[in-house]
Amino acid sequence: MLPEAGLSFAASFAPALLDPARSTPEVVTGPNGKAANRRYDVYRNNVTVSLIDALAAIYPAVQRITGTDFFRAMARFHVRSNPPTSPLLFEYGRDFPEFIAQYEHAQAMPWLADVARIERAWLDAYHAADAVPLSPARLSAVRPDRLADLVFIPHPAARCLRSDYAAVTIFAANRDEAPVMRIDASTPEDALITRGEFDVTVRRLPPGGAVFADGLMSGRPLGEAAASALEAASEFDIAANIAGLIEAGTFTSLSCGDPS
Amino acid sequence: MSAKHAVTSLVLAGAVSTALATLASAGPLTKAEADAAVAAKKEKCFGVALKGQNDCAAGPGTTCQGTSTVDFQGNAWKFVQGGTCTSIELPGGKKGSLKPV
Repeated sequence: MLPEAGLSFAASFAPALLDPARSTPEVVTGPNGKAANRRYDVYRNNVTVSLIDALAAIYPAVQRITGTDFFRAMARFHVRSNPPTSPLLFEYGRDFPEFIAQYEHAQAMPWLADVARIERAWLDAYHAADAVPLSPARLSAVRPDRLADLVFIPHPAARCLRSDYAAVTIFAANRDEAPVMRIDASTPEDALITRGEFDVTVRRLPPGGAVFADGLMSGRPLGEAAASALEAASEFDIAANIAGLIEAGTFTSLSCGDPS
Repeated sequence: MSAKHAVTSLVLAGAVSTALATLASAGPLTKAEADAAVAAKKEKCFGVALKGQNDCAAGPGTTCQGTSTVDFQGNAWKFVQGGTCTSIELPGGKKGSLKPV
């Protein structure tokens, strides 16, 4: 078969896969040219189910929170309206948290989209490039008068997420099978997601910690990032946050503002 | 930068030195310990490979034919009962709802 012929077959075969309102493509026929609706439905079903399964694998805590039936119904709506744009299945569902935030029947769980954002960041950290985390010795070699201008280069796996709800606690309580105790969802929590070597870790940041981490990870110098964090939370502890971020493997190297 | 919250070099130097002291308190691993830890983690990450899953994905109890056209209705809220969302509370007694809102 010529490549062009293959592409045109796919172009006529694929569009109805995620749309049950469309009829079976005419190019699909059974023996003796009979209609092949049931055969085509096998493809439809497998495409839909495998995409829902991919979402369930990426967002296990969301599924545990909502229950399987609710999750699969919600995922099905998402699959229908947001078909994959990449052949890589682990890339699928990047827009699912936003979908959850808008999803009519999830409005009673306003924390759910943030839990999903943490799960997405977890997977992105898992697949991020390997890099050796910053050694504390590098920091001890910096002259004190250069510290304010010091820029930290983020690790490829590092992510920082902020939530108006207790998203980190809810995430952590629902990523395994242990019983879930009562959780007060109203406490705002910020998450730091890192993968120093092989294991992805999700930490809850202290007050001001997310402003500080966000600032450093977006390339703002240490002095500025610390000032912003103090402005956001007067109890912000610079030393504890520097130590915590380095220990978590948030950075790979330092830059003193000039490339030399 | 806000002048009110300007962080002086002196404050930063003190904070960095405290941070480094905190980090150093965790004793470094010997090479053998570090290698063993890395090997264990590698096994954990790469030791499990899923078998090929090319069968009908619909699962047991279904015919795998035509099920895709049977869609859930819009009232998905009625499925909520299976999850942990009822343990998660918001002030005012609001929690993950079993009813449409």
